[in-house]
Amino acid sequence: MKNNNFQGQVIPINRDNVDTDLIIPKQYLKSIKKSGFGPFLFDSLRYTTTATLDSNSDRTEVSSFILNQTPYKKGTILIAKSNFGCGSSREHAVWAIQNYGINIVIAESFADIFTRNSYANGLLLICLDKNIIAKIINDALSSDSYKIKVHLESNIITLPNEENISFTIDDSYKERILNNLDDIELTLQYKNKITEYENKIKQTKPWLFDNE
Amino acid sequence: MKHTLYDKIWADHCIHENEDKSSLIYIDRHLIHEVTSPQAFDGLDIKKRDIWNKQSIMATTDHNVPTINRDKGITDPVSKIQVETLRDNCKKHNIELYDLDNIKQGIVHVIGPELGMTQPGMTLVCGDSHTSTHGALASLAFGIGTSDVEHVLATQCLNLTKDKNFKIHVNGKLKPFVTSKDLILYIIGKIGTSGGTGFTIEYAGEAITDLSIESRMTMCNMTIEAGAKSGLMAFDKTTHDYLKDREFLPSKKHYDNALKYWESLVSDESAHFDRTEVFDANDVEPQVTWGTSPEMVTPVDSKIPTPDTVTNEEEYIDTLKYMGLEPGVEINSISLDKIFIGSCTNSRIEDLRDASQVVKGEKVSSSIKQAIVVPGSGLVKAQAEAEGLDKVFIDAGFEWRDPGCSMCLGMNDDFLQPYERCASTSNRNFQGRQGDKGRTHLVSPAMAAVAGIKGHFYNVKEFMNEK
Ligand code: SF4
Repeated sequence: MKNNNFQGQVIPINRDNVDTDLIIPKQYLKSIKKSGFGPFLFDSLRYTTTATLDSNSDRTEVSSFILNQTPYKKGTILIAKSNFGCGSSREHAVWAIQNYGINIVIAESFADIFTRNSYANGLLLICLDKNIIAKIINDALSSDSYKIKVHLESNIITLPNEENISFTIDDSYKERILNNLDDIELTLQYKNKITEYENKIKQTKPWLFDNE
Repeated sequence: MKHTLYDKIWADHCIHENEDKSSLIYIDRHLIHEVTSPQAFDGLDIKKRDIWNKQSIMATTDHNVPTINRDKGITDPVSKIQVETLRDNCKKHNIELYDLDNIKQGIVHVIGPELGMTQPGMTLVCGDSHTSTHGALASLAFGIGTSDVEHVLATQCLNLTKDKNFKIHVNGKLKPFVTSKDLILYIIGKIGTSGGTGFTIEYAGEAITDLSIESRMTMCNMTIEAGAKSGLMAFDKTTHDYLKDREFLPSKKHYDNALKYWESLVSDESAHFDRTEVFDANDVEPQVTWGTSPEMVTPVDSKIPTPDTVTNEEEYIDTLKYMGLEPGVEINSISLDKIFIGSCTNSRIEDLRDASQVVKGEKVSSSIKQAIVVPGSGLVKAQAEAEGLDKVFIDAGFEWRDPGCSMCLGMNDDFLQPYERCASTSNRNFQGRQGDKGRTHLVSPAMAAVAGIKGHFYNVKEFMNEK
């Protein structure tokens, strides 16, 4: 994400425990790339039948599912209830969300591994209170268009009725998202310390290195 | 200052504390498989980065491999590319790969401990959430995504924020035919699927120390279903006995020192836990999940909950609709289509022995379309065959397969057809997990076996008493 401010249509998913199997089913994990998962986001809810990576045509949409409805179809901010991203560690779930064009996920809470994966890819996660989530989901479901603004610099979300809601976010996470930092490069700044540590444990725990 | 087991392993691996409360943690062991590693190797190539310590890595093919007719190779071209990509990457980087032609191949969380790759006090990661399994050997083990796989390949480290400490203390003894699978399902039913989020859970108490390492692994494995990335169990004599003579253990030269270190891997008495829950093993009956989240679980001799007992009615209605079940229905009356005995939760030798006791001299019900047993590794398979367990299963009408993840996630050809109902010894009953629109009920190996014989759920205790 390059901007500090972001505006988009909300996609309300009125569920707890949205697991990563639901976000991207296993048959699409056979890909060896990081892209191309967008068409399969929430696949089992979105279509009446399954597809494969190399054959995905002529499928019937489930009209009642939110991603098959206007205006949500073109939404860029996903919102759901508690424990979003639980289950499998598949980073493909984050890639699928981003490939689809979603930049922000808002929920009451997120699963731990999903959170790390999102950080690594610059997918912005925001936690909000249960009641506010319920209100946004409700309002988004009953409006023809429901766009919210996220001000990352000031940690504020502006709802369509101009109401401002503040959120908390870890500063280092924000910095990584705003500056698109290379995590590995950051760690490699400590190269000497890692080597020093390794030399130390080669003495104290030699069995980890010497199998003879 | 008193420390928990988690505090100790953490401190021992901390290289540097960052300003933002995260720490740079050294990773001792890295396990990789075909599904979550290709993009990581690709990332290294693009940036022209080297692998930090090849010796720390072990690779296997498990998620996406056939469990039948292996001599024909992998027929699905997309799966084949993925497996071949792992082969190429391992070859290029000189990484040890346990491939389909190797008897040591198997599910990554089965072979790690089995080969002695998993050792007490290690930090261990794998691009798979059930890496929590390895905590049964007092190692701090957790699943990571592909970016973190790349990070560990390149730096041997991860920047992590320390979890809080959660102790689950289980008093008493499990009743006959009640297993650690029932116990962990029971616990998840109590604390919920996000009960452990942000924590590392240590299991303790008489019921835990009584367990074999295999049974402990089943519990640590499903710790992720309670929301915690890692489950831990203290080092004790059972751990030591399990480790003896494993291939990759410390050599003679270092063994005594290693053992001395391992013996320190217990929480100090009166160490501080941020949260503690106490359970009684006596309260646990054989469990069956009825919904699409592992917390939707109930004893076999009970009924599907009624709407007045649930908190989220909308979710409950959706779940029952998906599962094709009605409120108040007796669990024992639910008929099955398929039986799956396998997965990193329950595919070890002890699991197969448990199930075979039930199956011996019986026949799979004619109403069951398919019943399969998928050993967790080639070594488990060989051991089972040496004990004649394969014959017991085959005589009863079960299929006896080659090792892999198989119907736990159905990436290969083993999956449920829409609306098929399965008694499964795996760990996730999510929508579509075992196949699009498939219906999963999680149970212990013995309970899955009984369901196969009866064609519907039935209390294994009664079954064995009647036998
Ligand atoms: S057996 Fe299932 S849960 Fe275990 S590693 Fe394989 S797919 Fe994952």
